[in-house]
Amino acid sequence: MDLTFTPEEEAFRQEVRDFFAENLPDDIRDAVKNGGELTKEIMERYHAILNKQGWLGTTWPVEYGGPPWGPVERHIFDEESCAAYAPRIVPFGLGMLGPVLQKFGSQEQKDYYLPRILNGDDWWCQGYSEPGAGSDLASLKTKAVRDGDEWVINGQKTWTTLGQHADWIFCLCRTDPDVKQQEGISFILVDMSTPGVEVRPIKLIEGGHEVNEVFFTDVRVPYKNLVGEENKGWTIAKYLLTHERTGIAGVGFSMLELEEVKELAKKVMRNGKPLAQDPLFAARVAQAEIDLEAMKLTNLRMLFTAQKNGAPGPETSILKIKGTVINQELKDIRRRALGPSAAPFPGSFKDSNLDVAPKGHANNAARYFNNRKTSIFGGSNEIQRNILTKTMLGL
Amino acid sequence: MNFDLTEDRQMLQDSLRRYLGDKYPVEHRVSVAYDAPFHDPAKWTELTELGALFALAPEEKGGMGGAGFDISVVFEELGRVICPEPVLGALMASRILSHTDANQEALLSGEMRAAVGLGEIDAPYDLGSIQTEAAKSGDDYTLTGRKSCVYGGQTADHLLIAAKLDGKLAIFRIDAADADVTGYAMMDGGGAAEVLMDKTPAKLVLADAADAIQDAVNAGIVALCSEAVGAMDVLHKMTVEYLGQRKQFGRPIGTFQVLQHRAVDMLTEIEQSRSIVIKAASELDGPDAAKYCSMAKNLIGRAGRLVAEEAIQMHGGIAMTWEYPGSHYAKRIIMIDAQLGDTDYHLARVANAA
Repeated sequence: MDLTFTPEEEAFRQEVRDFFAENLPDDIRDAVKNGGELTKEIMERYHAILNKQGWLGTTWPVEYGGPPWGPVERHIFDEESCAAYAPRIVPFGLGMLGPVLQKFGSQEQKDYYLPRILNGDDWWCQGYSEPGAGSDLASLKTKAVRDGDEWVINGQKTWTTLGQHADWIFCLCRTDPDVKQQEGISFILVDMSTPGVEVRPIKLIEGGHEVNEVFFTDVRVPYKNLVGEENKGWTIAKYLLTHERTGIAGVGFSMLELEEVKELAKKVMRNGKPLAQDPLFAARVAQAEIDLEAMKLTNLRMLFTAQKNGAPGPETSILKIKGTVINQELKDIRRRALGPSAAPFPGSFKDSNLDVAPKGHANNAARYFNNRKTSIFGGSNEIQRNILTKTMLGL
Repeated sequence: MNFDLTEDRQMLQDSLRRYLGDKYPVEHRVSVAYDAPFHDPAKWTELTELGALFALAPEEKGGMGGAGFDISVVFEELGRVICPEPVLGALMASRILSHTDANQEALLSGEMRAAVGLGEIDAPYDLGSIQTEAAKSGDDYTLTGRKSCVYGGQTADHLLIAAKLDGKLAIFRIDAADADVTGYAMMDGGGAAEVLMDKTPAKLVLADAADAIQDAVNAGIVALCSEAVGAMDVLHKMTVEYLGQRKQFGRPIGTFQVLQHRAVDMLTEIEQSRSIVIKAASELDGPDAAKYCSMAKNLIGRAGRLVAEEAIQMHGGIAMTWEYPGSHYAKRIIMIDAQLGDTDYHLARVANAA
């Protein structure tokens, strides 16, 4: 048992910290800090900064342009990027499609798409969920029919995050309706500018535009846009689910949130005293802090196992469940600490200089509501429990 | 970063698991844990011959371990069989004596059994509220007061007692024979004692002992939390096994999702418990030991209650019986909360430290 990082790892942490201090633009940091909109321009600029350093494809092998990092370095990078108020890297090209192409793609696909992902030439989005296929993803109905050297795609995807910015979408499509659901799905790449692709925004609970519906009407794409074998798309979907687990616990974000809450509670007054001195409030913060402290270790333990075995195990679903619940609890504590100051609708008094919430604490009700998504997306916490039931309990 | 046990600790774990699994089956445990002296003196001797107590003290004090992880390994194994032997008293006594030059050979070999009397009826956890008083008597002292629920006190030769001396906490040693010691069984098996002292002769072990006592409490918390993790792990496995076997409505009840998800939530909290114990063990000799021990005791208190209550509920009636082993695990896990500070006590400590 040794909970310390090696001198090399500590040096790496300092390197990452220095990098963010020197290279993260103030406007990006402020946007993250204030819960402001992370526009396409901001995210592309941020990705380019990381790419210049060779740190963009954090999970990519060196041969594809990734940094020479193991799980521990990736963890340190995640922690430090959170602490620096850097945005989370948009995962669809970098964290999802990249690793899929590296494992299942043809040489031609790798050569063409991978450098374009790193260089920011293509913005990718994910075409998985459908109105009738959420947790039961394998029941998806969007159909791709082969016609010569083309696919003809008809159907609808939904919850397509940042699809409004996307140049490309990777889709799970039904290519054989006559076999067991999981055995008739293919993984196909679609250029969003193809005729028949239509993106419609979905306004979220807090008023933001983050996700979309994507409609496909007789959309024709080349047959060679198929990734891996025909009807083997479910294998790829599962690979994607279990592969990309870095930072799934969101420990770095929760640590930041806890710090913000504690600072806030020193300033906010209740009953003539700082809120931090209210024993009920302090107890609630303490309990979240304890759970988070344990979570940090749970995260490191699973990281250690992943490093030892070469891949994360199914127990990482625990990180998803507990990590999101802790983060949501902290968001709720902060919302309540702010009281009505958390409530103003984002952007509704843009032209005023009046600050309702203390600096750095704007839009907190919005952040609270938006964050309810984390226990739903990426395999809902109930689906994670199903996975653990099978893999860890054997029931 | 490395979460594997060292080779030495792995060997310690293996030998304890083998011995306890073999010699301390739950039926035997239940048969000794509720009859005086509420443990098995023959097994105590065997356990100490395995070196279990030497693992609890550092080399310079005559032991062979003494780090948080050594304590953790020993107590997790004790927890796996809900062992009622009075090892906690030995650990805490050794921990206090390590702040002195006292020879610990008799204690660590198990020849001399010791218990530590800190809590009182109106001060079960809070050391600052201790009322027992020491008075000078010739070259030595006498103690007057009552220590309550002294775990292992029913079978101890010596008791280390925390008492106020000139307004400060000090540690004294008394012979059990010199005090009015009434032993009894606890709800969860194992024994404790009420120790009544009325001008009872005592030797001063350590004056100004607040730090040493806190250190012993911290070590005791790491021990109890590790014990809880061992017991929770076994009880969870029993529960999952039962879910797979027990049939109702024509199928194993473990096929019902409402039970599956609750069994997963138990697993999640056990992993969190394991994590916080590792953290507390790693910090035991550092400046923030009390903080991380309080965190651990609070989390284990919450997790323990979830695991024990859910295990009983998901088993149904069978877990309400004395005969079913799981019921004894559930009792031990719940009652650990009442030793060295409960969930609320430690939550307040964490909250007030912030």
